[in-house]
Amino acid sequence: MVYILLVFLMASVMLATSAIRKEASLVLREAPEMVIQRTVAGRQDPIPLSYLDQIRDIPGVMSCEGRLWGYYYDPVVGANYTLLVPGSGEPAPGTITIGPGVARTRTSGPGDIVEFKKVAGGILELEVASILPDRSELVSSDLVLVSPEDFRAVFGSAPGLATDIVARVANPRELVTIAEKIAGRLPDTRIILRDEMLRTYDAVFSWRGGILALLLLGVMLAFVIVSWDKASGLSPEERREIGVLKAVGWETSDVILMKFWEGAVVSLSAFSLGVLLAYVHVFFFSARLFAPVLKGWAVLYPQFRLIPFVDVSQLTALFFLTVVPYAVATIVPSWRASVTDPDAVMKGLR
Amino acid sequence: MIALDRARKVFGQGRPNEFTALHETSLLIEADRMTVIRGPSGSGKTTLLSLIGCMARPTSGRIHVLGREITSLPERFLTEIRRRTFGFIFQQFHLIPGLTALENVILPAYPTGERRSVLEKRAAGLFELFDITAKSRSRVEWLSGGEAQRVTIARALINDPAVVIADEPTAHLDSKLSGEFMATMGRLRDEGRTVLIASHDPLVYDHPSVERVFHIRDGRIDGESR
Repeated sequence: MVYILLVFLMASVMLATSAIRKEASLVLREAPEMVIQRTVAGRQDPIPLSYLDQIRDIPGVMSCEGRLWGYYYDPVVGANYTLLVPGSGEPAPGTITIGPGVARTRTSGPGDIVEFKKVAGGILELEVASILPDRSELVSSDLVLVSPEDFRAVFGSAPGLATDIVARVANPRELVTIAEKIAGRLPDTRIILRDEMLRTYDAVFSWRGGILALLLLGVMLAFVIVSWDKASGLSPEERREIGVLKAVGWETSDVILMKFWEGAVVSLSAFSLGVLLAYVHVFFFSARLFAPVLKGWAVLYPQFRLIPFVDVSQLTALFFLTVVPYAVATIVPSWRASVTDPDAVMKGLR
Repeated sequence: MIALDRARKVFGQGRPNEFTALHETSLLIEADRMTVIRGPSGSGKTTLLSLIGCMARPTSGRIHVLGREITSLPERFLTEIRRRTFGFIFQQFHLIPGLTALENVILPAYPTGERRSVLEKRAAGLFELFDITAKSRSRVEWLSGGEAQRVTIARALINDPAVVIADEPTAHLDSKLSGEFMATMGRLRDEGRTVLIASHDPLVYDHPSVERVFHIRDGRIDGESR
């Protein structure tokens, strides 16, 4: 049982972490290759749209555009939303499109009114036009799509400014060169490449996975104790069994081989069952046990079903960390019992 | 023929708890006969059987089994002799729980590498011989004392041994079952097997099939009858 629990927990963490990373990388594949932010005294500041021309002039830049987005704290439910003006298909002024998480938190649907505090004072009432599909909930859960006019009313940003600029390049191999050219031309900017975002996601989820693995150290310790207990002695029944087998004509090697297969069958079954349970837990129940740790804290949790993805190398590592030590742990005491004369094993049992 | 030449067995030699279970013993057990080692508990009967049955080595002295000196053989060869030459019937039956009667019976033959179907066929013959065919697929913990005893005898015979060794075989049987057991041993002897029994049960050593009785006490053979 301890064995199955350990494999289940470890495999759950591995499957969930790698699936979330995979999901994030799939989502980010669609992200712009380059994001340009303006920084003032090391902090992000709205970027003038006049920069667009200077960026566009750099050879290799295919297109660039300003984006309007920002975080909005909703005191009614205590959640943060991401307000975004989409590049195309923006909602009509006075209406919004909300993510599934926002809809759940506010219990709002199409036709309902959501209030936003304007920067100039007063309330801006926006009508929910539609809800974003569940499919992209990992990134769209907290999204609120607004028109540029409504965005500026909430954030007070001047018409000539954007939150940041996104650029696409013709040849991805020129990305670094182009980024260097932008940084040279516009010294108050910071350039973030898509690969850097991917690495950050990777690092965040690996770190969270690591924290969980650390928490599971207790379970691992229990497993080590179980294995050690097995390795340090046999139960009287097992000793008797080996004594009988030796007495009826089994060689030491026959006993060890039998015990090895016994250990292999037990550990392989436990491993398979643990991995299967972990698969069901992660991909059918969205890793409920670890979701808070893996997803991070939020009032507004995205609800999504992870795309099944199994990292074979991680499972192989788990296999060697659990099955092999257990199999060895069963062989050692059997070998110790089976090298003694069968009558010695039998004597204490009569 | 089995011969002991000044065989001696000491446990815990050189330690404070050193104990001589069998003093220098020379003995000749004739082939195709039924011999009983008679003696009280702790007299050294089981130790003697262990030495003869290649389950332990003597501390000193030599043992010959069917003309072959076995004392100096490596463990692998001893095991081979134990498997091919001897069939053991233990006092506590020593069947392996969790397995069926059939699986227990074919256990001694597994290392021979014979096909399972061949072993099962041979076991079926033994089950029929001992009238326990109906119990062959039952787990051994569900068997009665008499049935378990017969499964133990079947297990002892699966490799068609020349010598059958039984240690206190009637200790857990009533008089009727003890009588049946001795009759079975008589049949085995008639088939041309050597039967060696250690017992302090008069139903055994007084049985008409028994041809020779050695008396053992305090690790020494102190008499012989019949």
